[in-house]
Amino acid sequence: MVTAVTSFGRSGLYDWMIQRVSAIAMAAYTVFLVGFILCTPDLGYEQWKELYSQLWMRIFSLITLLSLAAHAWIGLWAVLTDYLTNRMMGAKATVLRVLAQVVLGVVTVTYTVWGIEILWGF
Amino acid sequence: MNKNRPVNLDLATIKLPITAYVSILHRVSGVILFAGVAILLCMLDASLESEESFAALKEGLQNPIYQFLIWGTLAALAYHMIAGVRHLIMDCGIGESLEGGQLGAKIALVVAVVLIILAGVWVW
Repeated sequence: MVTAVTSFGRSGLYDWMIQRVSAIAMAAYTVFLVGFILCTPDLGYEQWKELYSQLWMRIFSLITLLSLAAHAWIGLWAVLTDYLTNRMMGAKATVLRVLAQVVLGVVTVTYTVWGIEILWGF
Repeated sequence: MNKNRPVNLDLATIKLPITAYVSILHRVSGVILFAGVAILLCMLDASLESEESFAALKEGLQNPIYQFLIWGTLAALAYHMIAGVRHLIMDCGIGESLEGGQLGAKIALVVAVVLIILAGVWVW
C-alpha cells in the first residue's frame, strides 16, 4: 500500500533530512529573536523596524518561513497518515485525509505568502 | 494485500511509557504550534506596520486573553523545540538505550516545564 505520495520529499529519507535542517533553522531563529528581545529592555518601534529592515534579517526570516512550511507539511503528514487511517476510520479515511491535507496545505501557503508580505511590505 | 490482517500492536491496550508521552506531546504541541503561527504572524504584522500599530500591540499585550493565547503558543514552541533537540541529540547516537531514552525524556520534560514557566513570567 503506497501512502507516501502526499509526503513532502517523496521519500522518508528526504523528509527526515528536511525535517531536521528546517528544525535547526527555526530553532536558531527562535533563540536569536528571543535573545534580541530580552537583551533590548526598552525595545521601541524604531529599533524593531531597523532590525527587520536589514537584508540579512529578512533572509533569515524568509528561511525560517520556508522551513516552517516544509516542516509543518512533513509533521502534519506524519500525524494524518497515523490517525486518519482505514483501520481507525473506515474506507472514507483516505478521502478525509487528502481533504485535510489540502486544507492544511492552503493554510501553509497562506502563512508563507502572508509572511513574505509582512517582511517586504512595511 | 489482505486488508483485514490482524493488528499486533494495539496501542489502546498498552500502558504508555514516559517516552511515549514525550512523543505524543511532541505531536500535540506541533499541531498547536501550527495554529499558533497565525498569532505570531499577526503580532509580527502589527509590530512592523507602523508606530501606532506597534504601540497598539504593546497595549494589547496587557489583555489577559491575548496573554493566555501568546503564552500557550510560546509553551507549545518551548516544548516542541526541546523535544526536537532531544531527537537531534539521539540522532547523534546519544541516549539511544532504553535507560538513555527514558532519562532523555525526563530531562526534556523538566527543561520544557522550566521554559514554559519562564515564558509565563515573561508574558505576565
